[in-house]
Amino acid sequence: MALTSRAARARSTADLALHVHDYRPDANGSRRERLTALAFIAPALLGFAVFYFWPTLRGLYFSFTEYDVFNRPVFVGLGNYRAILEDSTFWNAMLVTVEYVAINIATQTVLALLLAVLLHRLTRSVFVRSVIVLPYLIANVVVALVFYWMLDAQIGITNQVLGWLGTGPVAFFGDQNWAIPTIALVNTWRHLGYTALLLFAGMVMIPNDVYEAGRVDGASEWKMFWRITLPLLRPVLALVLVITVVGSFQAFDTVAVTTSGGPGDASRVIQYYIFDLAFQRLQFGYASAVSVVLFVILALVALVQLRLMRADQSDVA
Amino acid sequence: MRQPRRRLARTAAAFAGATVLLSGCATYGVDPGGDAQTGELTYWMWEAAQLPAYQQCASDFEALNPDIDVKIEQFGWDDYWNKLFTGFVANSAPDVFADHTSRYGEFAARGLIEPIDEQVERAGIDLGAYVTGTTELWVGPDGKRYGLPKDFDTIGLYYNKTMAEEAGVTEAQMKELTWNPVDGGTYEDVIARLTVDTNGVRGDEPGFDKDSIATYGLGLNSSGGPNGQTEWSYLTQTTGWTYMDKPAWGTEFNYDDPRFQETITWWRGLIEKGFMPPLSFTEGGSLDQQMQAGKYAMATEGSWTIANFAGLEGIELGLAPTPIGPSGQRAAMQNSLADSIFTSSPRKGAAWKWVQYLASADCQEVVARSGVVMPALASTVETSQAALSETGLDITAYTDQIREGTTFPFPAVLNSAEIQSTMTSAMDNVLAFNAEPSSLTQVNAEIDALFD
Repeated sequence: MALTSRAARARSTADLALHVHDYRPDANGSRRERLTALAFIAPALLGFAVFYFWPTLRGLYFSFTEYDVFNRPVFVGLGNYRAILEDSTFWNAMLVTVEYVAINIATQTVLALLLAVLLHRLTRSVFVRSVIVLPYLIANVVVALVFYWMLDAQIGITNQVLGWLGTGPVAFFGDQNWAIPTIALVNTWRHLGYTALLLFAGMVMIPNDVYEAGRVDGASEWKMFWRITLPLLRPVLALVLVITVVGSFQAFDTVAVTTSGGPGDASRVIQYYIFDLAFQRLQFGYASAVSVVLFVILALVALVQLRLMRADQSDVA
Repeated sequence: MRQPRRRLARTAAAFAGATVLLSGCATYGVDPGGDAQTGELTYWMWEAAQLPAYQQCASDFEALNPDIDVKIEQFGWDDYWNKLFTGFVANSAPDVFADHTSRYGEFAARGLIEPIDEQVERAGIDLGAYVTGTTELWVGPDGKRYGLPKDFDTIGLYYNKTMAEEAGVTEAQMKELTWNPVDGGTYEDVIARLTVDTNGVRGDEPGFDKDSIATYGLGLNSSGGPNGQTEWSYLTQTTGWTYMDKPAWGTEFNYDDPRFQETITWWRGLIEKGFMPPLSFTEGGSLDQQMQAGKYAMATEGSWTIANFAGLEGIELGLAPTPIGPSGQRAAMQNSLADSIFTSSPRKGAAWKWVQYLASADCQEVVARSGVVMPALASTVETSQAALSETGLDITAYTDQIREGTTFPFPAVLNSAEIQSTMTSAMDNVLAFNAEPSSLTQVNAEIDALFD
């Protein structure tokens, strides 16, 4: 079923391509057009080649070497990848990262959806819309440090309040069980408004008459959310999820300025581990191999997400 | 069918070409630099509090050497080493920079900093004029000298005077504390006495609730990682324990020694007794902030924090030497900073003049008067003691150990970043009660294996 529909889609794309191909005025014009197009693409392409593509290739090459920046890289074949298999710190870092992503994405997506619905269905106020993105305008490091102080077990304001309520103190950043949830939720707080705004933009694109029809049929807001908003939002939601999940896997700065991966290895997320390997221990070859593994995992995650959510199709119109 | 195959061939060719390119287009090795005697020198340091004093030194130096300009740049500790590393890679590191004993071994091993033995000899610098123990710290793994000491630091015990008085602990008692790993000696007695639970019951009184503490007798900074510089080294060293087979650049480590593990067992026992906060409380506010808030009655710290602690408002602090251990003596880690010259600097002649000036009596006298740090020249110790005494703290707690010869050097090692990561993780787990101190035996084997 899925296969045939994919085949059909491929065929229709091919038809479209053929059609465009036929619609070519003359060879000369086409060349000029192509040159103009290239000229427009050139800056972005150059930037991509120099700052993304080339470093990626270099990184891939370094992942097969032992390299400390100061001496010529020594080719070690698959040595680094074999070492990863036995590296318990790496596997722990993967586990910690997955825990972080799960908490961060689950809370962030649900809350952002709720916020977006409220923005969409309740208010037209530009002021309210701007206020919810405010946290996103504060630098990550600043957010991290402010929470780091507020959540101190002994002199932080949060535990002061918890004390009045008769519980605590909770060592939010210091307890090995709390560190990752805390860091994940701090980042949820920061990214919530931005994610909500993206989803809100998607909701605005849903034609209003669908809601009107729903209201005529006597559907409640709750029902309209599940039957109209969510299904029609799917392509946007899929895109937002891919972007936020990939971003979430790269959590680094919050960890770097607060726990530095500790206590123990409790918050040693994969990006921090890569940084530690490369810039503290000068194991650039091994760090590159870990980066390549992360790259493959992220590519797979994004692919699966896009496939599952049929992100390239819309149900509107 | 033909086209895809051709594309495949083209892709393969591109890949092969890329591999050749990828492996061949960078230059490696360290630029040998030059020996110019004049020009503009860039100098880096991380300690903001010391900046005014060194700025003064730079002005004085420029007056003496009109054809050399010194540009001082300061970056916080966390950024400093990453920036320096990037500078090394991009050949844009400063000509001269403040260096640390935990770092310079790796720089020296990679040929990034210049040995200065010849210059020291030619200039006839008297190494005996520096505070005992400081010049040895700057002899690298290859036996060559990589810096002239510019200051030194040791470890002491800050305590809240008001709390001590209320607890009936006198200043004389604070200065004669004893310790052993079995019952903790009078050190543990005082820690217990100064601990107060939320009902106002002291740690040595009946009815003490160890799960609800208002003030901990002894503060905690971190698990101490491989060195425990301010955390536990002042204890372990009084048992006769040493870090490794040599004072510096050793290759066999002693974290598997029973004396070390017993000391750590006693130390972490303070957490179980409710006398010291759990490791989890160390994330957040700093030791001085906690002390100011009255959460800790005492804290072991390094002398470099003296200006910081003296400036804490609302509390009255005292400073005592670390306790006397089973050896019958005290012990405190001694460290020293120095300035290193970047190998690739094009003006190493001028750089050496500046390094020499920084380690001279002229500059160190200026630094001594600023009262933020203790310069390394013995002749300036008196000036600096006078300046630092204005803080109201008795800094003999720091200096007496040097006079009495009870200090030991910072354990400089190669592979320091790896040892740091491994031991911090392991010590964190021990302090968090996820692992027993005996687990350090296995960790010790891992560290030894780095040098095989």
